[in-house]
Amino acid sequence: MNRSDFPLLKTGVIYLDNGATTLKPQCVIDKITEYYQEYSANAHRGDYDLSFKVDEAYEGAREIVRKFINARYKEEIIFTSGTTDSLNMIVFGFFKRFLESGDEVLITKSEHASNVIPWFMLERELGAKVKYIELDDNHYVTMENVSKAITPNTKVISLAGITNVIGDERPIKEITEYAHERNIFVVVDGAQSVPHRDTDVQDLDIDFLALSGHKMCGPTGVGVLYGKKELLESMVPVRYGGGMNESFDSANEVYLKELPARLEAGTPNIAGVIGLGEAIKYLEAIGMDKIKEYECDLRRYAIDKLISIPHIDIINLEADGGIISFNVDDIFSQDVAYYLNKYHVCVRAGNHCAKILKGEVGVTSTIRMSLYFYNTKEEIDYVIDLLKDKERILKEMI
Amino acid sequence: MDEETKREIILENYMHPDNRRDGDQEGYLKENTNNESCIDNLNIYVKINNNTIEDIYFNGEACAISTSSVSIMIHNLIGKTIKEALDYIDNFEKMIEGKEYDESILNDAIVYNEIHKQNNRKNCAYLPYRGIKKILEKYL
Ligand SMILES: Cc1ncc(COP(=O)(O)O)c(C=O)c1O
Repeated sequence: MNRSDFPLLKTGVIYLDNGATTLKPQCVIDKITEYYQEYSANAHRGDYDLSFKVDEAYEGAREIVRKFINARYKEEIIFTSGTTDSLNMIVFGFFKRFLESGDEVLITKSEHASNVIPWFMLERELGAKVKYIELDDNHYVTMENVSKAITPNTKVISLAGITNVIGDERPIKEITEYAHERNIFVVVDGAQSVPHRDTDVQDLDIDFLALSGHKMCGPTGVGVLYGKKELLESMVPVRYGGGMNESFDSANEVYLKELPARLEAGTPNIAGVIGLGEAIKYLEAIGMDKIKEYECDLRRYAIDKLISIPHIDIINLEADGGIISFNVDDIFSQDVAYYLNKYHVCVRAGNHCAKILKGEVGVTSTIRMSLYFYNTKEEIDYVIDLLKDKERILKEMI
Repeated sequence: MDEETKREIILENYMHPDNRRDGDQEGYLKENTNNESCIDNLNIYVKINNNTIEDIYFNGEACAISTSSVSIMIHNLIGKTIKEALDYIDNFEKMIEGKEYDESILNDAIVYNEIHKQNNRKNCAYLPYRGIKKILEKYL
């Protein structure tokens, strides 16, 4: 769908690494350029027309994000540099103050590094304990395993909405309901879920959500931290400085601004925020349900073809997002990626920042194709054609 | 050497590398070497006696270029003195960087003589050398 909107696709590249980052449509590129060319003043500062225009566009983007994830209040939308930044703010700005030694944090072994290492650091600092919800045979999180993992000490469950290696979708709504009955917070890493399906934070009753602009047709270096207002109110900034203080004096009397400014110290990524707003408008015009359906169809199409190739081992036969992880028998994943690259096919080889998953799936690295709505069946056919002859891979990968 | 022969040598060393052995053995010095940008990860083990490399083996996971390169490195360096080995490595490094080098001493390692044109695979070919160099330099 919508291929003509993406200038990079005109180069003939077959881009199947959307889990890493997505391509940018022309309208997003134009929107960013427009800011730099026509009104590149700072936000929240000046008393002149240009600066007002910046504020309008910047705060306009906040409203676009609010509507997109259906947050109740605009102040619940904090602009960050991306999912990693948002998760670090959640862990060190909120949970570091809230958790005590002996409290338990539940994650899984298929989380991205950004939803693992900050919690590990908290474990070291506070003596809180990081524990894992067991995954089932398809590497899914089931409610049964969630309830098994919860103890009286569990204080927070932090999960990707969709994981980046398996592409499994977590039952977030059931989890929040179950967790909240037990006074447990739920953090959702939305990096791979928000770009690919409708996300309603009120309906899902998520306490904190993190997302990245660049994985949803937006620019790099911008993301969002969503938190329920009452929780964000008690979050402490992890960065202090300009733009977030009301006043301060030489005697260390500091008054901070209200949300959301309090959590956005320093000059923000203005072009990025405005570009993200445009990207969301673009996705909404296509329709998130349509995107989801299209990707599921395309994935099924690819799986049906891949499964008939005997030397291909699919790691995640079952998945909800557009992610396909596989290996070619006896060939190192990276060599396959190099081979495909010779034919302008971009796929990722490696452990995909989920280093603790290898114990679960039994392989240390995989080739990952991650689809988005602009990928096509023709592209899949082309890749399948390249993969179906193992001798050819062996011959041409060097 | 023509392209087809080079490819055959690389593939042969990849599919059946010399001296791949699991685990740590006594009497060997060990160095782990990995590429930041990719997932190659090798352990290199060297046994030195009388200033001479008596044996080398490796284990770990790496792509075709790194794996073949470690295999080729191993059969070329065994039996060399430390100084000879460092000299060899220096030559190999020059070749990888596309600089002038002495082709005559590299033997089959010249299969990588074009790899400087492929930036993303240069590091793969050099990876095992980076590891062993750390061990040998400690001996100087
Ligand atoms: C599940 C998941 N979480 C977090 C991240 C980190 O996102 P970013 O690098 O944009 O901060 C990624 C990106 O790969 C991801 O896939």
